[in-house]
Amino acid sequence: MTIQDDTVRRTGMSVPLAPPRRLVELSIDGETIAVPEGETILTACETAGKDIPTLCYGDTLTPKNACRVCVVELEGARVLAPACSRKVEAGMVVKTDSERARHSRKLVLELLASSVDLSTTPRAAEWLESYGAEPERFGPAAAPAAIGERDKLHAGAHELPSGEAAATVHQPPKVDNELYVRDYAKCILCYKCVDACGEQWQNTFAIGVAGRGFDARISTEHNNPLPDSACVYCGNCIEVCPTGALSFKSEFDRRAEGSWDESRQTQTTTICTYCGVGCNVTLHVQDNEIVKVTSPHENPVTHGNLCIKGRFGFQHVQNRRRD
Amino acid sequence: MDLRFLDALPSSEEQAAVDAVLGPPDSAWVGGARTEDDLRRAHGGHAARGQRHLLLPVLHAVNDRVGYLSQAALDYVCRRLTVPPAEAYGVATFYAMFAVRERPKKVMHVCTDIACKALGSDALVAELEERVGHHGPRGADAEVEWHHSPCLGMCERGPAALTLEAGEPPTYAVSAPATCEVLARLGGRAAPAAAPGDASANGHREGAEVGLAPVDGAAFTGAAEPAGAAAPPAGAPADASAEPPARTADPSVEPAAASPLTFGTALIPGGEPEPPAEAAVPQAGDPELVLLRRIGTVDPESLDDYRAAGGYNALRQAFKIGPARVIQEVLDSGLVGRGGAAFPTGRKWDATARQPDRPKYLICNADESEPGTFKDRVVIEGDPFSLVESMTIAGYAIGATHGYVYLRGEYPRALQRLENALAAARERNLLGTDILGTGFDFDIEVRRGAGAYICGEETAIFNSIEGERGEPRSKPPFPVEKGLFGKPTVINNVETLINVLPILEMGGPGYAAIGTGRSTGPKLFCVSGTVRRPGIYELPFGATLRELLELAGGAPEGREIRAVLLGGAAGGFVRGDELDIPLTFEGTREAGTTLGSGVILVLDDTVDLGGVLLRIAQFFRDESCGQCVPCRVGTVRQEEALHRMVNAPAGRRTDLTLLREVGGAMRDASICGLGQTAWNAVESAIDRLGVFPLEPAGGSGGTSAGTEQP
Repeated sequence: MTIQDDTVRRTGMSVPLAPPRRLVELSIDGETIAVPEGETILTACETAGKDIPTLCYGDTLTPKNACRVCVVELEGARVLAPACSRKVEAGMVVKTDSERARHSRKLVLELLASSVDLSTTPRAAEWLESYGAEPERFGPAAAPAAIGERDKLHAGAHELPSGEAAATVHQPPKVDNELYVRDYAKCILCYKCVDACGEQWQNTFAIGVAGRGFDARISTEHNNPLPDSACVYCGNCIEVCPTGALSFKSEFDRRAEGSWDESRQTQTTTICTYCGVGCNVTLHVQDNEIVKVTSPHENPVTHGNLCIKGRFGFQHVQNRRRD
Repeated sequence: MDLRFLDALPSSEEQAAVDAVLGPPDSAWVGGARTEDDLRRAHGGHAARGQRHLLLPVLHAVNDRVGYLSQAALDYVCRRLTVPPAEAYGVATFYAMFAVRERPKKVMHVCTDIACKALGSDALVAELEERVGHHGPRGADAEVEWHHSPCLGMCERGPAALTLEAGEPPTYAVSAPATCEVLARLGGRAAPAAAPGDASANGHREGAEVGLAPVDGAAFTGAAEPAGAAAPPAGAPADASAEPPARTADPSVEPAAASPLTFGTALIPGGEPEPPAEAAVPQAGDPELVLLRRIGTVDPESLDDYRAAGGYNALRQAFKIGPARVIQEVLDSGLVGRGGAAFPTGRKWDATARQPDRPKYLICNADESEPGTFKDRVVIEGDPFSLVESMTIAGYAIGATHGYVYLRGEYPRALQRLENALAAARERNLLGTDILGTGFDFDIEVRRGAGAYICGEETAIFNSIEGERGEPRSKPPFPVEKGLFGKPTVINNVETLINVLPILEMGGPGYAAIGTGRSTGPKLFCVSGTVRRPGIYELPFGATLRELLELAGGAPEGREIRAVLLGGAAGGFVRGDELDIPLTFEGTREAGTTLGSGVILVLDDTVDLGGVLLRIAQFFRDESCGQCVPCRVGTVRQEEALHRMVNAPAGRRTDLTLLREVGGAMRDASICGLGQTAWNAVESAIDRLGVFPLEPAGGSGGTSAGTEQP
């Protein structure tokens, strides 16, 4: 409900059904600000014009607050609070840029960058720089695992490290179908794909988090290939993936051959022609070819979700052109 | 929900294991035979999806019987419970005791954690490598596979090992102190003449009375005096060492469906019988004891004996004064939680009782996994009815009708004793509907953990019981408001709960007179490591560390106490010259350390402290649930940096900075207590013990500054 309320409020696309909410006053970096009751600190910070980095936060999902990059300091609290999920309270004193908050954010970025490939994560390079993160200081990255090796790791046991190399999640991408690729070397384990696939949107439950600790990974049951899983190829996991670990095969191939170039792409939002629902699709076009399809998150009906046809059923457009 | 299954069919063994818990499938929708009837009914909705909480017990059932969870077995479980296979796989792979690959039926867990390490587990492990083969996964054709294990909660007689053998029924053998001889025999293919069962658990085997296990700690350097031999329970009845054989309602044949017991009563061939629970209580029989008074003097398997020794008086008293007064007595007593967080128990109960939401739940946290902690095991093995009674009182006070004991999976004998106690209490209407004619309904269910330290975190227990991965939830909301199944929940540690009995017997103010200031009542301490008489000690709050260690006989002859780890891996070290710290919540806080769960782990000057720190770092790396980044990656980087520091002094200074920075972020930004405390012990070892003294200027430290850069 909250998500829908928020969407409605932000976009004004329909008449809000809920009664107006009471305003709560809090202080953010010394500035007093009033936001509706039940909002998160993150929303309040946005209202106050603060730029808080986020990774696992998704505008269409319930916050998982797993990545901890959005932590802020609350006066009187023993530990830092995740801005993305903590609700505002009257009289709260929030410090978004304190030494402690900056330190934890920097460390989170360093820990991630030293273990995960963040090369396709939007804004990662910018944040690493602005927080002065030096992921190299944990040592050279360990050699990537062979495909499937990380999927066999047993909870509660690991090979003892020598300390000479920094453990990573690097591994070859999983390419087991024609539509999309899972490159788990880029996975920060934000749980968003699992939530989108499961109870929050698609109700397909093709993937889950398996394993534990640093060896936790996103997986189908028994690491079966996607075509043997419950996956329906709606691509709603790709829509919410914050790092590019999940990507269209068309994007993955172009990146591999070096021809992916977002500056040459245009985005056109139109209506899917397959059925009568009328979902919005945003076609990303490069060199007059559709290279991927997204959907506007603020659409009050679909919230960025599509089905296999809207998401991947664009080949006929290009095929016809070639004929 | 869109479930998709493969065509794999479960073996008859796998299906039988699942059906033993859930009953036979009633339609083709859930994996049964297809009938005409199935075409005319739909399967779904809340009824179908509402069985998720049975996932963990069913996974246990299959793992107990077959030894692992095959793809077909998992599919069948998912069909029965309407759980997506990917999620069930995620749950199965979360726990260390489950495997999703075929493996030998016999799996041996050899404790290499701090206390056992101090008692020579390194030597044992090295010997096992030679005699039994390399640790780690083996194929199904091997007889046994063995693993290094985190603390098994048998610290008073380390090094400990637990062997589990899948079958119908599953069996186990506890070896503590373990010798390579015994473990090799346990792991051997050739079964020697049937070994006698645990003396306490075989009422139908006349003449099989076995006293204290012959313990031989001398095989290992650094071994403490064997607990059993060192501590003849003063004042205990003469036969206290041989546990009474009687058990109520025990079928005279091996357990069938009717048996309340999960594990078989026979030991794995080659195993040695366990010493009785009171062997871990050097003070056993002392009339001054409050919490431990029945251990070693009252048969833990007999409800009659328990009642004859004053059992169930407290429950009668509770019924007499009513729920509100019970809460008031607990508030007046000043009792605070004994699990480590020290939250006032009465306030927790009161807040839950006041919630309008129904139903309410009571959970006893018996997932004791903090390295060096073994009090819950000893209490449950030695006096299980006290826990049943105090949970009944707690349930009555807060208005719950359903209680859970979340017992760690590595405690087979505690499980047996508890299952026996629950069955006996049910039979006498001390559990169930209309208890003692008061109209109060309450029952207790045991849920077994499956090898995950994180499941001792209160909100992780909720997820684990609900059949999810045992990952902690964000707080707020707090359990008193939204706990198990989203309902108001009280969750208390075993020791906390059994304190309720003396509170009701002597009244809240009377109880509060024991102890000091904010720390009222008696307290259990788990003394282990290199001391002469390790075990569970009960002292009123206020004693100093020195007094406790004197009671435990101090360090072995000719050795000196170098350090004491207070509170376990999540606690902190103090030096051997800081023994005057009062063992109270305020006293330890003032001294800049913590009481935690009551772990007092002594390390003398022969113990390799660097190795201990590496083990602690390894523990947190293994036990992090992986949900949040600071803990998931931070525990990895902490372990790596410690290996560099211990192995190669070069680069120490930068690694020290690195440890502090990573530790600070873990403490500040982790979701739960595991990550927040994962750096505590290492930090105290550096700051208090000076484990890594900084090299003088120009040394190999990398920089020339005399002080480290934080």
